[in-house]
Amino acid sequence: MPRYYTQDHEWIEVDGASATVGITDYAQSQLGDITFVELPEAGAIVVKGEAPCVVDSVKAASDVYSPASGTVSESNAALADEPELVNTDPESGGWLFRLTLSDPSELTSLMDKAAYDAFVAGL
Amino acid sequence: MEEGEAPETGTLPLDAWHRARGGRMVEFAGYWMPVQYEGIIAEHLWTRESAGLFDVSHMGQLFVSGEGVEAALEAVLPIDFATLKPYGPRYSLLLDENGGILDDLMVTRWNSGFYLVVNGATKWEDIAHLREHLPDEVTLTHLEDSALLALQGPKAAEALGRVTTGEWPLSALTFMKGGQFKIAGIDAWISRSGYTGEDGFEIAIPAENAAQIADLICAQPEVKPIGLGARDSLRLEAGLPLYGHDLSDETSPIEADLAFAINKRRRAEGGFPGAERVQTELASGAPRKRIGLALDGRQAAREGAQVFVGDEKVGALTSGGFSPSLGHPIAMAYVAAAHCEHGTSLEVDVRGKRLPARVVSMPFVPHRYHR
Repeated sequence: MPRYYTQDHEWIEVDGASATVGITDYAQSQLGDITFVELPEAGAIVVKGEAPCVVDSVKAASDVYSPASGTVSESNAALADEPELVNTDPESGGWLFRLTLSDPSELTSLMDKAAYDAFVAGL
Repeated sequence: MEEGEAPETGTLPLDAWHRARGGRMVEFAGYWMPVQYEGIIAEHLWTRESAGLFDVSHMGQLFVSGEGVEAALEAVLPIDFATLKPYGPRYSLLLDENGGILDDLMVTRWNSGFYLVVNGATKWEDIAHLREHLPDEVTLTHLEDSALLALQGPKAAEALGRVTTGEWPLSALTFMKGGQFKIAGIDAWISRSGYTGEDGFEIAIPAENAAQIADLICAQPEVKPIGLGARDSLRLEAGLPLYGHDLSDETSPIEADLAFAINKRRRAEGGFPGAERVQTELASGAPRKRIGLALDGRQAAREGAQVFVGDEKVGALTSGGFSPSLGHPIAMAYVAAAHCEHGTSLEVDVRGKRLPARVVSMPFVPHRYHR
């Protein structure tokens, strides 16, 4: 399944009209120990570039921007008790929320893995 | 210790030392400083169970001496030197004429004068303020060639004792006592004090020897280097205020719950900046007070968040975060006097959501000083 990346260090993996969103390993390494994740509820409408999710680390609260627009179908319930999954497994078990995409054409402006890796290497 | 606005970020004596150990460097108080090495929670918990080495060389170390120095310092600080024995640091406050707090600091009587340690972000203003208010016969020296380390934690005494020699063993020091020692043959001023609530020591050494001494202390199996991130979470759990956040020129000592820093004779006699306000608030209470809040769940409330009782805004947070030792969020807030009783239920607004909070006594985590 194709996976895309944003300059704000979110990833989105697309499976037809459905997509899963999380933050990258680089993002979690910069945030440090994550202690709480405020997740959107199922049914919430999200707009590309807006922040339906907030990740709390010991240091600060950081917005997570949605890489695409759509309706939230599910949030990662495991994070309520184990927010540290975002640190230990950010690009798999530490996913944040799932969307039903409203405009898949938005994805064309995102980076693929090679482009994202080059972007991070330049930071 | 608010973040500074220095035009150019300075480097401290241990800059390369931190980088070599993987410290993530950030700008703080005008200097590059390590915010963390392996991670804030791990470093925090390590300090609580073993010993952590902190570089606090950004702080200002000053020496004040000369004819009439005691009277001159008593005119700018609410301290009573008649009760200050040699070599024991005492907490004090630099106040403005309105009783606002310009800085908090440690004052120690040495043989020939007084050793002051002030916050890094305020040190240049403190120096200017003191030079303006001290008479010509009194000399203020900025000890810029001195580095300052802190070793904190229940195993700090064991670790530091192993590498320290002196006229007395290090174990002769109790909380808030200090003395001259040697580490690896190098002169070190050591006091049993700190900013974590744990037993521990603050260690002033020549900057040129700082890396060698930091290496030696970190070679002890109990010790790891600890960054600013854990320093902040540790001091918050210990209920210790941070200047620029929990204290400012907008807050008075009584509001800040720091009446203990106004020494007994001075409360009665006054004669220090802001004495009128301090005496009034001691007699009839302050309109608001610095209190501790405990929150349920895991979502933290942070500096600036507003505190409510129903629709009424009754205060605001000055520090807040997740407590690694307690496993829930804690905060310091200034709250209207009517709502400061321990056990009072309040609400904190976090991004439009009301989080329930309870007024609790500080420290949040009990102090474990060696008295």
